[in-house]
Order: sequence, then C-alpha cells, then structure tokens
Amino acid sequence: MTAFTTLFETVVAVLLLAAGALSLIAALGLWRLRDFFQRMHAPALATALGTWCVALASIIDFSALGEHLDLRGAVIVILLALTAPVTTAVLARATLFRQRTAALLEQEQVRPTRD
Amino acid sequence: MTSVLSLAVWATLVCFALSIALATLRLVRGPAAQDRIQALDFIYVNGTLIVLVLGIRNSSTMYLEAALLMALFGFVGSSAMAKFLFRGEVIE
Repeated sequence: MTAFTTLFETVVAVLLLAAGALSLIAALGLWRLRDFFQRMHAPALATALGTWCVALASIIDFSALGEHLDLRGAVIVILLALTAPVTTAVLARATLFRQRTAALLEQEQVRPTRD
Repeated sequence: MTSVLSLAVWATLVCFALSIALATLRLVRGPAAQDRIQALDFIYVNGTLIVLVLGIRNSSTMYLEAALLMALFGFVGSSAMAKFLFRGEVIE
C-alpha cells in the first residue's frame, strides 16, 4: 500500500513539475518573442499542456490517495479547451482588423485622394 | 504527503509566480492593447492553475469550484475585451 502511495505521489510530483516548467516556458515566450502573432503561440503551451498536467495530477491525487474516484479536475480541462481557442481567435481577428485599419489610414495620409 | 510531493508543489508554485511576473512585465510594457489582453488572459490561466495546485497541497476538493469559476470569468473577461478592440463596442 505504501509502495503504491509513493508511486502515485511521485507521478503527481512529476506532473506538477512539468506543468510549472511549461508555464515558465510560455511566459518566457510571451516576454521574449518579437511580434504579436509570434507571441500568440506561446501561452497555448500553458493553456493546453500545463492545464492537462495539473488536472491529471489533481485527478490522480484525489482518486488514488483519497477515498473515492474524483474526476472534477477534468471539467476545468474541458472548459479551458473549449474557451481558449475562442479567445485566441477573437483576439487575432481584432488585431488583424486594427493593423489593417491603421495601414489604410496611413496610406490615405501619404497619398491623399483627389476628387 | 511526502517531502517529495510538498517540494514539487512548492517548486511548481514558484514557477507559476515567476511566469505571472513575466506576464505582468508584458502587461505593463506591451506596445498595443492586444498584447495587454493576451498577458491578462495568461495571468488568468496561471491563477487557475495555482488554485488547482493549492487544492492538491491542502487536499481539499473545494478548490476545484474556485478554479472552475476563475477559468470561466477569465474567458468572459478576455473575450469581452478582445471584442471591444474591434469597434469599441462589446455587443453590436
């Protein structure tokens, strides 16, 4: 019984450390990359893989070391997997719209239209 | 909880705090509004993960509901702000 407990706790510890490392890599990418559209890729590492690691760790911790099966951590993974792409897509479209509008305004200022 | 797991929980919380600090730098520095919204969304996700890790540390399932609410409100706030960037209106 204690051997199983030690094994599960080691698995939980490895998953948590992986999530921390992934989140740190994502934050470094968010800070170091140059363009907005390059920076858009970095946080997906934390929202996808990091959330999976932490939710799996919590499921294993509550199920294997607690009294009964507890799968509520999976709800958070499902919610983030549904909502993160929506936010990213809306933000990307808004950024494209803003950059195109700014470019159009600049073009009109350089070459004024003649009536 | 063995010392291995408590050490791992501590190191993970430090990693999350560092990444929130880096995202805060981007939030303050960010050249355009979309960079700030992206950094805020990332901070929300990290806060959700921190609450989950605290639930593992205190071995209480009450933290799961708090994490769920944080994820939900983070999505609502980030998508509303991203929608606001289009024309200055959230609901058209």
